[in-house]
Amino acid sequence: MSHAPSLNTWSDALAGFNLGWFPLGLVIVAAIPLVFIALYALTYGVYGERKISAFMQDRLGPMEVGPWGLLQTLADILKLLQKEDIVPTAADKFLFVIGPLVMFVGSFLAFVVLPFGPAFIGADLNVGLFYAIGIVALEVVGILASGWGSNNKWALYGAVRSVAQIVSYEIPASIALLCGAMMAGTLSMQQFCVAQSGPFGLLHWYLFSNPVAWLPFLIYFISSLAETNRAPFDIPEAESELVAGFFTEYTGMKFAMFFLAEYGSMFMVSGIISIVFLGGWASPLPNIGSFALNTMTSGPVWGTFWIIMKSFFFIFVQMWLRWTLPRLRVDQLMYLCWKVLTPFAFVAFVLTAVWEIYK
Amino acid sequence: MQELGKAELNSTRIIRQDDNRVVIEKDLDTEYMVLSMGPQHPSTHGVLRLECITDGEVVVEAEPYLGYLHRCFEKYCEKVDYPGIVPYTDRMDYLAGMNTEMAYCIAVEKLLDIEIPRRVEFIRVIVAELNRIASHLVAIGTYGIDLGAFTPFLFCFRDREHILNLLEWISGARMLYNYIWIGGLSYDVPADFKKRVAEFVTYFKPKTVELQKLLTENEIFVKRTRGIGLMPADVAINYGWSGPMLRGSGVDWDLRRNDPYSVYPELDFKVALPDPKFCEIGDCLARHVVRAIEMEESLKIIEQCLDRMPEVDGFNSRASIPKKIRPKAGEVYARAENPRGEVGFYIVSDGKSTKPLRCKARSSCFVNLSAMKDLSKGQLIPDLVAIIGSIDIVLGEVDR
Repeated sequence: MSHAPSLNTWSDALAGFNLGWFPLGLVIVAAIPLVFIALYALTYGVYGERKISAFMQDRLGPMEVGPWGLLQTLADILKLLQKEDIVPTAADKFLFVIGPLVMFVGSFLAFVVLPFGPAFIGADLNVGLFYAIGIVALEVVGILASGWGSNNKWALYGAVRSVAQIVSYEIPASIALLCGAMMAGTLSMQQFCVAQSGPFGLLHWYLFSNPVAWLPFLIYFISSLAETNRAPFDIPEAESELVAGFFTEYTGMKFAMFFLAEYGSMFMVSGIISIVFLGGWASPLPNIGSFALNTMTSGPVWGTFWIIMKSFFFIFVQMWLRWTLPRLRVDQLMYLCWKVLTPFAFVAFVLTAVWEIYK
Repeated sequence: MQELGKAELNSTRIIRQDDNRVVIEKDLDTEYMVLSMGPQHPSTHGVLRLECITDGEVVVEAEPYLGYLHRCFEKYCEKVDYPGIVPYTDRMDYLAGMNTEMAYCIAVEKLLDIEIPRRVEFIRVIVAELNRIASHLVAIGTYGIDLGAFTPFLFCFRDREHILNLLEWISGARMLYNYIWIGGLSYDVPADFKKRVAEFVTYFKPKTVELQKLLTENEIFVKRTRGIGLMPADVAINYGWSGPMLRGSGVDWDLRRNDPYSVYPELDFKVALPDPKFCEIGDCLARHVVRAIEMEESLKIIEQCLDRMPEVDGFNSRASIPKKIRPKAGEVYARAENPRGEVGFYIVSDGKSTKPLRCKARSSCFVNLSAMKDLSKGQLIPDLVAIIGSIDIVLGEVDR
């Protein structure tokens, strides 16, 4: 562990707080990110998507349950909980049940290394970025298991498409993140943020301090859309072609798990992109003379605010794209990955290396 | 060879080389999979079922199966008197009820050989063109959904809502109008009709540009549709295609101009044809573009009709309706340009009954859909969806 000792003193002290035999402090520190994400993904991610799409489409979106429909998602969850849990007789029961669980776990395990502010992080692994890339790949197993286990032709198509897509897009995505790792000289998520925080605010972020960072940033953003199966790359679940893709046969909470995993992954990639290229929890405001705006807006609470704001921004862009663009075809998607993004990712890699040597 | 199981045998190829070496290649053969697409599928536009034989994602053959919405329209016609058939024609092409009603009424009027007041003709053309826009909006919107763009669909439906409100205002119904009657109209238009239609025209003109920017010129949309589902003009004619499908293949054919009816000869409009610089002639994009242009042409027609529609004091739209509709013995075929192509009615009267002896409807969607098998050969499943969408079928008309 190579993090600065001053960073986690606040949360370390909290983590040491025990209530008798019960490690209350540790539970709070470790669970806050996950609880927050679960809450976000369950309620406000879905709610936000519905509202954003509604405003884009001249509608109001959910308005009935609670003020401005704020409780709509809770009502939906209650509904989903009451639904009958159907397992098709022809399905491979083990794979059918394990699929959504694996996908859910794969999507949410990545939050372990996502720092929510300087004080909140599940585990500041020194290979945090590598771990995040690796654990997200677990989703593929879940998708394939559910697609194969459903014993449905549409689900099989969706699963096979999805595996091809996610495995392919991990290459440009990983290379783009590697550029970020080269700039920061670390793989630890906390160190990314530390390296990009400073008195001049957003000028320290790689996106603004490093002229070659734009290329890996864009490549990673496009690839992350494909990795999370979002439009215009939502071909594994293309509803007009494959009914619902790999989760065609799922009902009730199992279906909700796919949903959760999708919103979890959305938040995850948005978090990663804001950490690697936009300074994570670093404040964007600069210190101007005696107005120490940066110092004022740093710290555990402000840090949490900034990273969530940055992630929300990218989630918004993802939703914006989803409700604007049509869907690419399978072969066009592969073309984009192998013939456009991967070569450019290599170019970005070389450029970053050159920049890091001669800057 | 004994230990090879039967399943393994199927997928194993034994190649005897020239020098008598044996090469065994395993797991080479792929199997075809039969994929039943529909009747409950989001992009078959209703209850069409396609039985696709697929090799991976490639469709080797797709056979459309129809009849899920068959309601014996032609048999019913023999049991119902002439005016009673009009509501049934609404239910054929339920997205363009006015146009189908108009085609049917033209057929019966031809059989009766009666004169229609000019005002009625203009109102008919206005409502038919309004309905054409509404129908094309659905076609374009759902085509967007087929290709994964959801927002254009709701934009289209927002604009279509205005047309439906107008048509509800004059006929009392939003979809199944029963407005155009044999020899007249069920009601004259309300007093402010001209003003409100003109308001709609000014409202809708910028929206076509918006739609063009959002969907037609979208890079991904063009990539998905350009060069897909190519249909050469001669094959299209042999299949009997009509309407935007035929014009998408580059054939300059529009019944409103080539076999004019009603007041269309007096009106100045352009027959929509695809631009070869933007799309390949005969592909899905060409058909989409033709529909988009046709909406603008319909607006022109409506504007001209509003200018020329005669104002008659105390006009009775039912005055020209015959007291008893009992045509002379004979037969007639009348056709009209519907949003989806040529809709024709072939009616035989025995001269004694108030009911037709035979009423045959020529459905545009049915004929257009018949090329599905040809179009779908060797396409990917996403392209198959794009092709079905570009045919713009309404199953109510396919099955009748």
